[in-house]
Amino acid sequence: MMARILARYPFLPALVIALVLLALNGLYQPRSVSLIGLTGLTKTYLALMLLAIAQTYVVYAGDIDLSVGAIVSLVNVVLVVLMERWGGGGVSIFAAMAAGLLVGLACGLINGLVVAALRLQAIVATFATSIFFTGVALWVLPVAGLPAPTAFWRTYGGRFFEVPFVFYAVLLLALVLYLMARLRLTTQLLAVGDDAQSAFQSGLPVTAIRIKGYALCGLFAALAAFCITGDTASGDPLVGGKMTLFSVAAVVLGGAALSGGFGTVVGSVFGALIIGLINSLVYFVGTPSEWQNLVQGLAILIALMAGILVGRRTRR
Amino acid sequence: MNGIPPLFRQPLAIALLLIAVLLVLGEQLSPGFASMQQILRLLIVAALLGIVAAGQNLVILGGREGIDLSVGGIISLSAIIAGNLMNGADAGIPLAIAGCIVAGAFFGLLNGLGVTLLRIPPLVMTLGMLGVLQGLLVVIRNGIPSGRAAPVLSQFVTQPVLFGLPGIIWLWIAVGLLMAFLLRRTVFGQRIYAIGSNEHAAIMAGVPAARIRILLFVLSGVFAAIAGICLLGYSGSSFANVGEQYMLPSIIAVVFGGTSLAGGKGGYTGTMAGAVMLVVLQSILTTINIEESGRQMIFGATLLVLMLFYGRGRAMRT
Repeated sequence: MMARILARYPFLPALVIALVLLALNGLYQPRSVSLIGLTGLTKTYLALMLLAIAQTYVVYAGDIDLSVGAIVSLVNVVLVVLMERWGGGGVSIFAAMAAGLLVGLACGLINGLVVAALRLQAIVATFATSIFFTGVALWVLPVAGLPAPTAFWRTYGGRFFEVPFVFYAVLLLALVLYLMARLRLTTQLLAVGDDAQSAFQSGLPVTAIRIKGYALCGLFAALAAFCITGDTASGDPLVGGKMTLFSVAAVVLGGAALSGGFGTVVGSVFGALIIGLINSLVYFVGTPSEWQNLVQGLAILIALMAGILVGRRTRR
Repeated sequence: MNGIPPLFRQPLAIALLLIAVLLVLGEQLSPGFASMQQILRLLIVAALLGIVAAGQNLVILGGREGIDLSVGGIISLSAIIAGNLMNGADAGIPLAIAGCIVAGAFFGLLNGLGVTLLRIPPLVMTLGMLGVLQGLLVVIRNGIPSGRAAPVLSQFVTQPVLFGLPGIIWLWIAVGLLMAFLLRRTVFGQRIYAIGSNEHAAIMAGVPAARIRILLFVLSGVFAAIAGICLLGYSGSSFANVGEQYMLPSIIAVVFGGTSLAGGKGGYTGTMAGAVMLVVLQSILTTINIEESGRQMIFGATLLVLMLFYGRGRAMRT
C-alpha cells in the first residue's frame, strides 16, 4: 500500500522531510514560519528551486549538466549589463529578460549538441562548456558589482495587493510545471532515460529529445538567474558557480534517479527547499558560526543517503 | 576517423603528439616556453594533478559509474593537516605524512562504505562527502593557523634532488610504475577490470567486488592526501580550498588518457600524458597576452575539441 503510494508520488519522502524541517524551523525560531520569514526563504531559494528543476529535465534523460551554475552567472551579467545599457526603464527590463532567456536557451542548445549530437560524456563535456560560459560571463562583466535597476529588485522583493511578488512567481511556476508534466517531451525524456536503446528502437528521436532536455535546462537556468538578480540586485560573473552541485543534490533529494527515467520536478523543488531549510535550521538552533558549514554538510549527506534508501525500498 | 593509422587512434599516442604540438606552439608564442627549466616547472604541476588522477583513475576503472568528487576536499584537508603537523619543522614530516594518509584513507573508506554497503551512487556519495569536508575545513581553519611547509618538503617538491629532477617527479614516476604493476601484473588489478566491465559476471566468478570497490575509494583518498602534502610543499602554506581546482581536472586527465568513464577500460599511462597535456595547455593560455575571459573561452572550447578524439559514445543503431 505504502509502496504503491510512493511509486505514484515519488516526491512524498522529500515533502515529508521538508515539512519536518519547516516544523523544526518554526520550533526554534517561530518568526521563521511567519509570512515575512517564509517570504524571505522563498526569495532566497527560488533560484535554487528553478535550477533544480532545470537539472531535473536533463537527469530525466540520464544526462547531467555541470554547467548550470555558469549559465546562471552568464544570464545574470547579460541581464544586468543590458538593463543598464538600455536605460533601466520598464521596456528595457523586459527586453533584457527576453535576451537573458535567449542566452540561457543558447547555452542549453550548445550543451545538448556536444553531449547528445557529438556524443561526448556529459560530466566532462558540460564541465568544459561551463569554463567556456564563465569566460563569456567574464567578458560581458569582468568584475562583480554592477547594480541592477531599482525597479527590477524592488519588484522581486515587493508586494502586490499585500501579497509578496515571489508567491505569485511560485504560483505561476506551479502552473507551468503542471502543464509541463503533461507535455509529450517530459514522457519522452523519461523514456530515453529509462532505456535509450529501446526508446530509439521504438522510433523516438533520442538525440533530438536529449538536446531538447538540455535546452529546457538552459531556459530554467535563465529563470533562476532572474531570481538571483532580483535577490542580490547586482551582476556577478561568478555568482552561480557554487549552485551547480547543490542543484544536483536537490534533484537526488527530490527522489529522481541520476541514472535517468525516474523522478519528478516537484520533488526537486522540495529537494531545493530541504537544502534551504537545513541551512536556516542550522542557524536557528544556534550552531556556532564556524560549525555551520560542517553541520549543513553532514545533514545534507544524511538526507541524500536516506532519500536514496527510501526511494529504493519503494521501487522494488 | 577511419583514414587515421591505428597508432594515432591510441589515446596515449594522441596525447603525446598533442603535447609535442603544444610545446612547439608555446615556444613560437613565447620563446623560452619549451626550455628545460619551464618544462620541469610544468611537470611539477602535472605531477600534482597526476597523483590525484591516479586515485580518480582507479575509482573510474572500477565501474558502476565510479567517480570521486571528494578529492578536492581531501587535498585541501591534507594540506592543512600537513601544514599544522610539521609547522615549518623537518622533524614533523613523518608524523604529517602519516596523519594525512590516515585522514585520506578514512574519508575514502567512508565513501567506499556508502557506495557499496548502502549502494549510494558514487557521484552522490562523494558529492555529499565534499560538502562535509568543506564544512570541516571551515571548522579547522577557525581553530588553528594554516601552518607552513617544512623546508625539506618544499625542497623535495620544487628543487632537483636526483639527475636534475625534483623529488615530486620521481614520486610521480614511482606512482606510475606502481599503478602499471598493480593494474597489469596483480590479481587485484585484473579484478578491478573485471568488476569494472561486468560486475555481475565478476561476482559469479568469485571476485569480492564490494571489498575491491571500497579499497579503490580508500586508495583514491590516499592519493589525494599525498597530493595535498605535495601541494603544501609547492605553495609553502595552505589556503582556503586549494584542492578544489583539482577535482574536475583530475577526471578530465583520466578521460584524456583514454579511460572510459563507463569503467573497465583504460590505464594510468594515458592518464599521466593527459595530466601533462592539460597543464601544458593551461600554461600556454597564461603566456598569451589576452584577458582572463578570452583565456577561459579558449580553454573550454579547446577541451571540447580535444574530447572529440576520445571515447565518444556509440551512435544509436537498431
